[in-house]
Amino acid sequence: MASVPIPDDSRFGLRRQTCLPGPLPLSSGARLGPVDIAYETYGAMNADKSNVILICHALTGDQYVASDHPVTGKPGWWWRMVGEGRPVDPARHFIVCSNVIGSCMGSSGPASVDPATGDPYAMRFPVLTIADMVRAQAALLDHLGVERLAAVIGGSMGGMQALTWPTLFPDRVERCVVIASTARHSAQNIAFHEVGRQAIMADPNWRGGDYYADGQVPSAGLAVARMAAHITYLSEAGLTEKFGRRLQGRDAKTFGFDADFQVESYLRHQGLSFVDRFDANSYLYITRAMDYYDIAEDHGGSLARAFAATRARFCLVSFDTDWLYPTAESRVIVHALNAGGAQASFVELSSPFGHDAFLLESPELNRVVDGFLRGGRA
Amino acid sequence: MSGALRPDLALIARTVRQGARVLDVGCGDGALMAALRDDSGVDARGLEIDGSNVAAAVGRGLSVVQGDADTDLAYYPDVSFDYAILSQTLQTTRRPDRVVEELLRIGRQAFVSFPNFAHWRGRLSLMWGGRMPVTRLLPDTWYDTLNIHHVTVDDFRALVRERGWHIDGQWFLKGDRETTHANANLFAEHAVFLLRK
Repeated sequence: MASVPIPDDSRFGLRRQTCLPGPLPLSSGARLGPVDIAYETYGAMNADKSNVILICHALTGDQYVASDHPVTGKPGWWWRMVGEGRPVDPARHFIVCSNVIGSCMGSSGPASVDPATGDPYAMRFPVLTIADMVRAQAALLDHLGVERLAAVIGGSMGGMQALTWPTLFPDRVERCVVIASTARHSAQNIAFHEVGRQAIMADPNWRGGDYYADGQVPSAGLAVARMAAHITYLSEAGLTEKFGRRLQGRDAKTFGFDADFQVESYLRHQGLSFVDRFDANSYLYITRAMDYYDIAEDHGGSLARAFAATRARFCLVSFDTDWLYPTAESRVIVHALNAGGAQASFVELSSPFGHDAFLLESPELNRVVDGFLRGGRA
Repeated sequence: MSGALRPDLALIARTVRQGARVLDVGCGDGALMAALRDDSGVDARGLEIDGSNVAAAVGRGLSVVQGDADTDLAYYPDVSFDYAILSQTLQTTRRPDRVVEELLRIGRQAFVSFPNFAHWRGRLSLMWGGRMPVTRLLPDTWYDTLNIHHVTVDDFRALVRERGWHIDGQWFLKGDRETTHANANLFAEHAVFLLRK
């Protein structure tokens, strides 16, 4: 299929940002507008626009799915899935990845300026849902001239967006790939998020969210939130293998409260490096959106009903050591899809790395996603 | 395409109608599903317990769900497929009778294929050797076989009668060739039944 040359179209390429006039109607009943969306595109749209793939990012992710991160300099967060010779390949696909609204990497969020006041929204930013993030993505695709997605793909919170897509826009999605994710946030998921939010709000620098003016940000609270969350992304076996009870840069315990253990040092590093790239209020808003997420609840308590209107094909993947969104959660989705007669594939892959496995090198994951994207009737 | 299929699968592939909707329970790596899709335009879905088999099947573009025939068939609606297929899986389920009931609820018709434990080679092994048979047909020793419910052609026919199911077709195989119905319980290595409720 011939590609349409679009060299001069400023809508396409790396590090794009657009302002959609809006207002965007939100699940809460509030409206958000204008809406900034930061995004990247890779590859080129083909003539019949049938090769568009939307990648959805996780809680602390961003639009830099396959290009170097401007702050950390690290390669794109999903370069193992998206890139040359990978299942999602810019040589074949036109790939879009946008920063979710509520975040802090260029899309509208609590750190953005409220046009009504000229000050940052802070906690005056409206509370969002996963569905709101998806509606913003749909508005971006309208702006890019994309009607239908060949596929929407995401892991973790990205999987929640991917799964929400065919429920909101049943005719705009041909394939839906949901990795290490769930159809609803469980009590345990909400509980861990609440720990993180309370850590942020307990930081004296948080000040009800109004910390943008003087730069005294609640980094201690945000770092603790990240540390607690990071544990849920790993597995007990993975932590044991990586750190065990080994001591950090010392031969004996100090009988004090330094980071004696390697695992403590590692978590502290994870927390500290996170605060350089993430806004604490965004962390509050996005975790809230995830906690409110329950697709069945939005469809009269029936998950099967949520997918009744779509003809999309689904591919679900879980990992056997993921206790954040365990395999049972994927099975709930699969059973609902089977009940509705949807074309669904599901596999539990084996990995020692817990929830984080979806971001790591996994030839089996790549084989499954590649086969799914190539195969079957759309 | 179907030339490379296992004989019982080739037989099923020849019998399934063009364009039918098929659920293959215990579909392995999807060999039958792929043949049905490519040769007969069949809308095929699969259920398979082994993760690497599922990955292989999804990798070839098939819709296959990892799950257990004993527990996961309950989630499929009534009469949602033209055929439900259970090939070489019956004898590995915990409750084969309930699994066949489920197949006949989900599909208008059900194919069930299984190795015939009453084949004369197995009988000889038991009669003269006093040992559980290890043959070409049943290559695993008693302690590591997945077959937890060995069944004979006559056992299966008795179950069909008892439950009041109808036999729409039956085929018997010796190696890769079809063999006579006469004395199938003694001479058939594999049996394939097409059932209806």
